[in-house]
Amino acid sequence: MSETIETSSETITLTIDGQEIQAKTGQTILQAACENGIYIPTLCALHADKENGLKSDIAPGTCRICTVRVNGRTMAACTTPVAQDYIVENDTEELNDLRKTIVELLFVEGNHFCPSCEKSGSCDLQALAYRYQMLSPRFRYAFSSREVNAESPKLLFDRNRCILCRRCVLAITTEDGKQLFGFTKRGDKSGIIMDEELVKNISEEQAQQAMHICPVGAIIRKEKGFDTPFGQRKYDHNPIGSETVCTTCNGEKS
Amino acid sequence: MAQKITIEPVTRVEGHGKVTIHLDDNQQVTESRLHIVEFRGFERFVCGRPFWEAPVLVQRLCGICPVSHHLAAAKAMDMIVGAGAGNGLTPVAEKMRRLMHYGQIFQSHVLHFFHLASPDLLFGMDADPEKRNVIGVIMEHTELAKQAVLMRKYGQEIIAATAGKKIHGTGAIPGGINKNLSLEARDAFLNGINSNPDLSADKMIEWSEAAIALLLDYHSSHTEFLDGFAAFPSNHLSLVRPDGALDLYHGVLRAVDPEGKRIVNDVDSRDYLDVVAEEVRSWSYMKFPYIKELGPKDGWYRVGPLARLNVCDFIPSPKAQAAFEQFRAYTKGKPNHMSMHYHWARLIETLHAAEMMKELLLDPDLQNTDLVTKGERCGEGIGLLEAPRGTLFHHYQVNKQDLITMCNLIVSTTNNNEPMNRAVNAAAVAQMTGKAEITEPMMNAVEVAIRAYDPCLSCATHAMGQMPLEVTLYDAAGAVLDQQRKGM
Repeated sequence: MSETIETSSETITLTIDGQEIQAKTGQTILQAACENGIYIPTLCALHADKENGLKSDIAPGTCRICTVRVNGRTMAACTTPVAQDYIVENDTEELNDLRKTIVELLFVEGNHFCPSCEKSGSCDLQALAYRYQMLSPRFRYAFSSREVNAESPKLLFDRNRCILCRRCVLAITTEDGKQLFGFTKRGDKSGIIMDEELVKNISEEQAQQAMHICPVGAIIRKEKGFDTPFGQRKYDHNPIGSETVCTTCNGEKS
Repeated sequence: MAQKITIEPVTRVEGHGKVTIHLDDNQQVTESRLHIVEFRGFERFVCGRPFWEAPVLVQRLCGICPVSHHLAAAKAMDMIVGAGAGNGLTPVAEKMRRLMHYGQIFQSHVLHFFHLASPDLLFGMDADPEKRNVIGVIMEHTELAKQAVLMRKYGQEIIAATAGKKIHGTGAIPGGINKNLSLEARDAFLNGINSNPDLSADKMIEWSEAAIALLLDYHSSHTEFLDGFAAFPSNHLSLVRPDGALDLYHGVLRAVDPEGKRIVNDVDSRDYLDVVAEEVRSWSYMKFPYIKELGPKDGWYRVGPLARLNVCDFIPSPKAQAAFEQFRAYTKGKPNHMSMHYHWARLIETLHAAEMMKELLLDPDLQNTDLVTKGERCGEGIGLLEAPRGTLFHHYQVNKQDLITMCNLIVSTTNNNEPMNRAVNAAAVAQMTGKAEITEPMMNAVEVAIRAYDPCLSCATHAMGQMPLEVTLYDAAGAVLDQQRKGM
């Protein structure tokens, strides 16, 4: 499955949580659900819209928070294409508990200190923790030693908060297509690195886009975040997934 | 004689006091110590974080007066972003911050006097502990308790409107503020929150005046206790406005000796290190600050409401000024050294805060939209202000990558460390000399002495009805004669 998604115009039918919906061939289950006002949580997949500046949807398939059951098998909704007569289970107790577990694992793996994070109130990870009523992780904190890279004049990259979703790697590029962020190392040593030369010359628009695309507070436009007062942050009034239309597309259907 | 007590560091919990009292062979008190056994570490773990996080991160030191830390850190960060040292903000930014600060002073002072201290005064130090608490006040002085709740609510709502939340807001940012005050909010505060006339600016002033009258009435029948209990001479230090006015948000450092002579003469707050140093003693995690020129033996000082009213020349709001004149006249213009008069000074400041909140609410600058100022970056920021409990010092250094490399905090209660130890000793000498058994009223007398200073460690404890406190009585040979624990 490619990481950017193209669709065709051929229509098929499937059901999600018993609701029969129409979808286009080539769409993912996540895209089909989004178009039909069904919420499936995501941390890595992102629907292209004017706000995030993406030209097409991305689906890195890294976080697995969108896991659904397709004809009885667990699959990632963001990377699984729709097919005729698929029976998809999404909003079930079992799957939501699984998603909660993933959120808890992400919290204990990094060093997420919401009280002083610029992204608090606009953070997808925090919003999902609230959605799944995570009061305290069931797992032991890893207390990982992570670095903060503040070399760029515009961007702060805080690895303590990175969940390795890969959005920045796929979405933040120069006009001629060079990636500003990339993966380094493997396994539990994996991390994101910045191309410091390219990031140094990043435009204000790109810096804002990078902060916006990051689902957590790992990429911060320096000095931004706390300038948005309480009550105006992304999830202050509309908890994640509370809207009938997927929050990632803000009601704009692809 | 000396007795060494070892206590392992405990993680941050809300307020634990430990008092040790030493007796000689003749059962005379030779030394008393208030031990603060909490380990903090904020100065270290704020290092490596970006500077704009400091006002939001460091305020987590405390859930009692976080606004003070929020604003002191923000003032330091104003210097970092080139917005001056207390004088470079736009009018709306400075006035929103001041409104936030006066809201905080108001609610904190109200909480302390009514919820924490008033049970001792209304029922007496030796009253039944079952009654001597805030529930007792509610049961027997219902109207007073209702006023206290509404006054505290008013202050908290002011904080929420300016900082975003009642506790741990984000309103102050480097170089300014992130919102102004809406006309709707302004009108609600002036005329009554939720159209409740008991939650209006004028009602806060009226009730603050009534609280002073209540204390003075109590004083007239308990003069000896309020004037004599845990009284001792000291130096006094606070910020004042350059013209000598009481100013809780910004000013120059001034200190007076026990006779009222200036020993620190209006020093720029950025030069605080020329004035103040800290001594470490092995038995407490709380340092002992002192005025450098006088040294640790003679340079210790009081801070907080009593010190502020001893140091300033006048209060720039009419009703509080009238109360201040009465306060100063009581000691014939000389510094007031009576620990229990902290309560009197605290209530005068409460009235001042109420008057200032109204004055600020009437100021149209609060609706301006130029929220942030920035100028030439600088690597060092110092922010001082007068928190409810006294002078608060925040000092940071920031590298070229915007990360904090050094942080020094001297918090209000720390400044009062030596005075609190003296007050504990004075209470112990008066209550325990010649005694081999500790009674509950004796324990409470020690608490009353500590409580007058409104240290942070007392706050949470009272929420449970009593202060976690351990008192140990030693004989001359170092043997434990008696040990009492409360709330631990």
